[in-house]
Amino acid sequence: MTDVSTERAITVTVNGVARGTTVPVRRLLSDALRHDLELTGTHVGCEHGVCGACTVLVDGTPVRSCLVLAVQVDGKAVTTVEGLARDDGRGGEILHPVQEAFRECHALQCGFCTPGFLMTMAAGLEARDASTDITEEEVDEIVGGNLCRCTGYANIKKACRHAAGLMKEAAR
Amino acid sequence: MKPAPFGYADPTSLDEALTLLAEDGAKVLAGGQSLLPLLSMRLASPATLVDINRIPGLDSVAVSGAGVRVGALVRHADLLHHAEAARVQPLLARATANVAHPAIRNRGTTVGSIAHADPSGEMTSVLALTGGSVTVATPGGPQTVDWADFFVGPLETSVHGPAVVTEAFFPALPPRSGTAFEEVSRRKGDYAVCGAGVTVTLDEDSRVTAARAAYISVGLVPEVHDLTEAVAGRTVAEADWAAAGALARTLVDPDGDLHASADYRRLLVGVLTERTLARAAEEAASR
Repeated sequence: MTDVSTERAITVTVNGVARGTTVPVRRLLSDALRHDLELTGTHVGCEHGVCGACTVLVDGTPVRSCLVLAVQVDGKAVTTVEGLARDDGRGGEILHPVQEAFRECHALQCGFCTPGFLMTMAAGLEARDASTDITEEEVDEIVGGNLCRCTGYANIKKACRHAAGLMKEAAR
Repeated sequence: MKPAPFGYADPTSLDEALTLLAEDGAKVLAGGQSLLPLLSMRLASPATLVDINRIPGLDSVAVSGAGVRVGALVRHADLLHHAEAARVQPLLARATANVAHPAIRNRGTTVGSIAHADPSGEMTSVLALTGGSVTVATPGGPQTVDWADFFVGPLETSVHGPAVVTEAFFPALPPRSGTAFEEVSRRKGDYAVCGAGVTVTLDEDSRVTAARAAYISVGLVPEVHDLTEAVAGRTVAEADWAAAGALARTLVDPDGDLHASADYRRLLVGVLTERTLARAAEEAASR
């Protein structure tokens, strides 16, 4: 019979590294990442699934980390914004195309919502056929679930189109 | 904004889940996209969460000529991208496309949103409009509950005691029929201020034999409204869809809230009914 627990030891592969920690079962994934694993790149905005700032990838799929319990990702792979750039093999990092595009297009101001946008956009763009030009409808669908209070979204959408272009180039 | 303390169990069989659910204050956790906000805002504080995500056999979509069976762990995103399910019952993909945002759809389950019985949920009304049912696992064995007997009130169903809704069944779209679904919301992906799902069926001479609608965020429980009398016997080109919209306005009883007055919701019912019926009829004629 399965026990009812109030605390659990979990192992999660975070950005490619297996991490073990013990958490109260009520711990949200967002809080486990920030407090228990000290990965503060994931930002917590509304804490009820509306703003999208806390979006991370679980087994490659974007989810709101404030709407998942840490115990529910035991044995799974989580990617946070800290894991988005690639190691260049010489002690540095190569930015993901969406990070490159955000920098290029000035798609952030205060930066609070940025980690959520980056994770959502990276997954959204990787899920589509990179060889085709992105449509406005696709851009709206990708960024529509995240809130930004600074930019007015114009540059974020521009970054999404630019990143899609970079990925199209890379796919050639 | 942190959930109050609770106990957590993640059983690997339905029998175990039902035993755990027999305890006071135990609650099923599936996708958690409605439940976790309720916990964080402390609008709910169950003693125990029984997480059904590890129970095998609940994550499949089974499509037959009769309709589409959706297991309790099928995510909205799975259903949205299921081409075979969309072919047999096009309302499934059309409605799930309106459920929140991709990140929510990746986690939230279709059956969970039905069991949650929120009047602003899309899939409760789709279950009603298609004449569907749910299967409920209970200690006495599985039970099938028709949609009309399932929804009792906002966030309330007829299922009591230890139970897990394991499946929802959406009957296939009949021949010579078309569907449409449309919502008005303040922002894309937000809860609908008002939404409409419709089906139109034609006879062999392309004359309307049935026109039915179900609405989102209108009324306390899903209801199916028969609008056939406004358009019966007309061809797709002749039918007065505005008259059907006007009829719909007299049949609904929406509430007003912070986001929209009751009158505005009734207006939207008329507008969305006219638009969606016309589209569904075009589709029916082309099938």
